[in-house]
Amino acid sequence: MTAVSESAVPVEATDAARDNLKALESEAIHIFREVAGEFDRPVILFSGGKDSTLLLHLAIKAFWPAPVPFPLLHVDTGHNFDEVIQFRDQVVEQHGLRLIVAHVQDWIDDGRLTERPDGTRNPLQTQPLLDTITEHKFDAVFGGGRRDEERARAKERIFSLRNAFGQWDPRRQRPELWNLYNGRHRPGEHVRVFPLSNWTEADVWNYIAREGVELPSIYYAHRRKVYRRDGMWLTEGPWGGPRDGEVVEELMVRYRTVGDGSCTGAVESTATTVEEVIAEVQASRLTERGATRADDRLSEAAMEDRKREGYF
Amino acid sequence: MVQEMLRLSTAGSVDDGKSTLIGRLLFDSKTLFDDQLAAVEEVSKRRGEDYTNLALLTDGLRAEREQGITIDVAYRYFATPRRKFIIADTPGHVQYTRNMVTGASTSDLALILVDARNGVLEQSRRHAFLASLLGIPHLVVCVNKMDLVDWSQERFEEIREEFSQFAAKLDVHDMAFIPISALHGDNIVHRSASMPWYEGSSLLHHLEQVHIASDRNLIDARFPVQYVIRDYGTDFRGYAGTVTGGVLQPGDEVMVLPSGFTTSIKAIWGPGGTPVQEAFPPQAVTVELTDHIDISRGDMICRPGNRPSAGHDIDALVCWLSEGGALKPGGTYTIRHTTRATTAEIQALDYRLDVNTLHRDESAEALALNEIGRVQLRTRQPLLFDPYRRNRFTGGFILVDDTTNNTVAAGMITGPALRDGGAVWQPTRVGREDRAAKGGTVWLTGLSGAGKSTIAVEVERRLIAEGHAAYLLDGDNLRHGLNSDLSFSAADRTENVRRVGEVAKLFADAGIVAVVSMISPYREDRERARAAHEAAGLPFVEVFVDTPIEVCEARDPKGLYARARAGEITGFTGVDDPYEAPESPDLVLNPTQEDTEALAERVVDLLTRQR
Repeated sequence: MTAVSESAVPVEATDAARDNLKALESEAIHIFREVAGEFDRPVILFSGGKDSTLLLHLAIKAFWPAPVPFPLLHVDTGHNFDEVIQFRDQVVEQHGLRLIVAHVQDWIDDGRLTERPDGTRNPLQTQPLLDTITEHKFDAVFGGGRRDEERARAKERIFSLRNAFGQWDPRRQRPELWNLYNGRHRPGEHVRVFPLSNWTEADVWNYIAREGVELPSIYYAHRRKVYRRDGMWLTEGPWGGPRDGEVVEELMVRYRTVGDGSCTGAVESTATTVEEVIAEVQASRLTERGATRADDRLSEAAMEDRKREGYF
Repeated sequence: MVQEMLRLSTAGSVDDGKSTLIGRLLFDSKTLFDDQLAAVEEVSKRRGEDYTNLALLTDGLRAEREQGITIDVAYRYFATPRRKFIIADTPGHVQYTRNMVTGASTSDLALILVDARNGVLEQSRRHAFLASLLGIPHLVVCVNKMDLVDWSQERFEEIREEFSQFAAKLDVHDMAFIPISALHGDNIVHRSASMPWYEGSSLLHHLEQVHIASDRNLIDARFPVQYVIRDYGTDFRGYAGTVTGGVLQPGDEVMVLPSGFTTSIKAIWGPGGTPVQEAFPPQAVTVELTDHIDISRGDMICRPGNRPSAGHDIDALVCWLSEGGALKPGGTYTIRHTTRATTAEIQALDYRLDVNTLHRDESAEALALNEIGRVQLRTRQPLLFDPYRRNRFTGGFILVDDTTNNTVAAGMITGPALRDGGAVWQPTRVGREDRAAKGGTVWLTGLSGAGKSTIAVEVERRLIAEGHAAYLLDGDNLRHGLNSDLSFSAADRTENVRRVGEVAKLFADAGIVAVVSMISPYREDRERARAAHEAAGLPFVEVFVDTPIEVCEARDPKGLYARARAGEITGFTGVDDPYEAPESPDLVLNPTQEDTEALAERVVDLLTRQR
């Protein structure tokens, strides 16, 4: 007798289902459909950035040929890149989607928030996000977060419970087994859902290439006036740059992440096509966030602290 | 070339070098970025460590860094051109079981670390057991810190032997042993120059090459309906879900459960509306059916001739994951299984399983955090399920506490509950004396290749020739049908023998001589079969086919000894699993001294004398 499984298994054509990108796509689509089946008021966070564009692309595929059964939400810091906002609006119109925009400026104007001395508005997104979630009674909020982005994210669940204050408690995470997700929550609580959890930056770009997903132009190399601060190339803009002594240069750059203009850096690049970007990503010696996000450099535990406060 | 995905889980304690190994894999596969490395170097320096502590890479949360422990499952990623790897990295301390079970639930492969100096410790055994319990098809045992035992082949072989002996009791299909030094990088990516005696693959090479394509169940078509997609503009109605077993094709005749309606698949659509000709697990697809049937989330599409079990009463192994409260009979929870959720009540706790000794404590009254036990559940709505060992996704479930909303248990279905399902013995009006003949059971036990079946075939032939009703129950043959769901783990072998004993008893009761031929290696299992016969007043004759193992191995009619010695198969009786010879058999046969005819005649003589 033998301990080897002898069941007749058709081995041919199984490679296709084992394909990493197909497996990731299936997993993400499973998650979208699970939320649609279990929650009353889901919403997709959509900034027009690379990861949220991919998220929307997958949502559209998940419910084909029916329309996506969720609205979109963007927290606009007012410091966003024009190209990205235009792209955002164009995508929304093209697919007949409903977009809710929470303007950080409104919160500053009526005194619920105060501008920070350093001018960065990324940390100011949390309050408008939570207020809007409460106002619309959203119970599931899709985000494009990936576990490979940062150490604190490596432990985040795909369904991540937030309390009534939007806070994450890393010690009270629910075990997540097989493809069974527990979305139960009390009134006032909500669940953040991360369908791209298992994607890496390389996966995202390879999938974008394979599917021909359109992105805002600033993800590809272009000429831009930039200045150097804290080892990053920041762009000129209404968010307070350049300061005295900071020299503006015109360089070929592209963005690896897109966030608040005050703290999102560009990288020097000649990659004008998705294939060239992939080649650069493969050769890169810096993480996406390490290269381009000042907000994550604030402290060793920066991301963990912001997550606890309700940031993504 | 298609880049495949392989999910693996690791577990280990602070000292066995697991974090260093993962750091090494990330580092050597060039997945690690300069800024990550710089951060780690800085922290190492600040802590006064005189080397770059790669372990720091995997310590994610501030609380962990402060306490120097890992408190949860963390997911890491690295890739080679051939495969992308997802590591579910779990800590080895107090909450080990909960986290290991979570990490293992989706893994293709479990990586177990053994410190070469310490040998096989309790936690390595525990990890192997949990990997087997969660149905991980491949185990890789890394014997780490070989540099600290002078790269000793002897030490490696010792550990391999010890581990194999333990693993033989488990349901493990594929196991590899690799001597490594995570600190120095030996046998991680490249073969080690310090261990020329090791002829196997490096760890990374093994991870890239291990065959995983046929691990999934591609036989039993199972499609739990997750969401109904309706497009009113085009009158489209499709059933969205993830294929969890088998292969679906347009044109297939299918049955929808629980309604039982049959129809056929009109079309299968991939994401975004790509037509699909064959859908495999774990593809997410949308299925259109030919007929309009009322189907909703939680229903299951399968093939009419191959359906899952359906029922309210279920036996399962559960692992309790919650710090608050314990699992007790009478407790009610929400059960989430495939795409269905309903209420489940714990009817009984059969036993608690000690994950270190595998001892079953039948006196247990509750399961606390990290404890595993066997329970009987009753659900409000029926579940559509398969045994977990047959299909992880139609056999696994979670329990959710309705007060806290927390996930409190992970469950693996062993099968429908039958024992206390309210079945009452139905008396019949035909007594044994009313039947034409008197039956009984002859039970031939012995090693693989001992000649049991040859003798049994001859015994059956003679009995029939002499006008008796006889029927051969051959262990191998029964594994094709009745026992096809059983593996060769110790627990399944026991179940195998129990079933054959019960079937033999029915034959005997019906007036037929059941001629059983099976290794039946464990004494206790054979004794149970005898006791069942005796309790029913039926004759039972135990025949020991006493062929020495050297002879069996030299014959090796199926080539199995050779494969077992080569390590290709594990849990093989006489090689790495014990054979317990009968202490007082009714008859001992020695095929090395007599021919088959003479041996068969001795069996028939004994039967005739007993009548």
